[in-house]
Amino acid sequence: MSKFKKKKGGDLPAISTASLPDIVFMLLFFFMVATVMRDSTLMVVNKLPAADQIQKLDKKDRVMYIYAGKPSSRYEDKYGSSARIQLNDKFATVNEVGAFILAERASKRQELQNVLTTAMKVDSETKMGLIQDIKQELRKVSALKINYTTRVGDYTQNLN
Amino acid sequence: MAKRSAPEVNAGSMADIAFLLLIFFLVTTTIETDSGLNRKLPPLEDQVDPPITREKNIFTVLVSKNDQLLVEEKLADIEDLRSLAISFLDNGGGVGDEACEYCQGERNESSSDNPDKAIISLKSDRETSYKVYIAVQNELVAAYNDLRNREFERLFPNLGINFVSAQKQYDDPRTNADTALELKPKIAQVKAMFPQKLSEAETNKLK
Repeated sequence: MSKFKKKKGGDLPAISTASLPDIVFMLLFFFMVATVMRDSTLMVVNKLPAADQIQKLDKKDRVMYIYAGKPSSRYEDKYGSSARIQLNDKFATVNEVGAFILAERASKRQELQNVLTTAMKVDSETKMGLIQDIKQELRKVSALKINYTTRVGDYTQNLN
Repeated sequence: MAKRSAPEVNAGSMADIAFLLLIFFLVTTTIETDSGLNRKLPPLEDQVDPPITREKNIFTVLVSKNDQLLVEEKLADIEDLRSLAISFLDNGGGVGDEACEYCQGERNESSSDNPDKAIISLKSDRETSYKVYIAVQNELVAAYNDLRNREFERLFPNLGINFVSAQKQYDDPRTNADTALELKPKIAQVKAMFPQKLSEAETNKLK
């Protein structure tokens, strides 16, 4: 009776890799959806200070970003090594902060214009003088809600 | 002529292409969660008649240009700042109208009357470094949060959460509207008990 003939050979069949592209595509789409592209390239050193009493900035569409810090090594010979402000993709002086905020505000939807927050991403090695100047400029254009962007961590990391 | 069937395209390299794309996205993107200390700046217009505040209701913190900390004109360590601020805010030294029922402090005559009057004034020098300033801010916010947590847990023990997580839940856009609506008055109530009166005065001008 050869109806239940034993299959010849004991070797395992090769595992089908046909679904591998599907799996990888799934991962790819996950990352494409879950991540946000940086909208401006950083031209300053931006090692944020640490804090743990923080609140999240959830709604990205109502945040304006101001970067400050020493120019990164690539720009050091051109712009020197003292701390500077970066707005969008270029270095700026303190006087330009007000105009930048007004332009940003005008570009947002009408109903969001009163609830905008200014996120200050300032390098931890910066001196307070520069920050004070920025804050003064922000007050002039009444952008009063600010956020000192930090990374998550214990405050003692800041002290050495 | 016999109809020739199109040869099948070999899809074997599809995985490689997808991997390449995946790695590209992994490298170029950052999962950015912006978080930090929220502050509100005072409006620029000078108040016509600034409210008179008694000296004992102001808690002065000064960060010098050498990053040293002066609390109430005395040198202090940053480790002690939180407890110093808590004992100031929670003092409740007022009597009569200004008494504070929920305060658990020492009721010292020479410290703040009640949390509503207590103001923390934070000053810094132009040469103060930002990271130390943030550390100080962090500790002062922590003092407020500790007190608010205590009151929140005392008033609403059945919620099983503290003020900070309630606030986080309220701010999270994924929280459903009913829960948020329920949390809102509770958060507001606790906030009113310990209002965050943290003034960041202008840095000392060069003398």
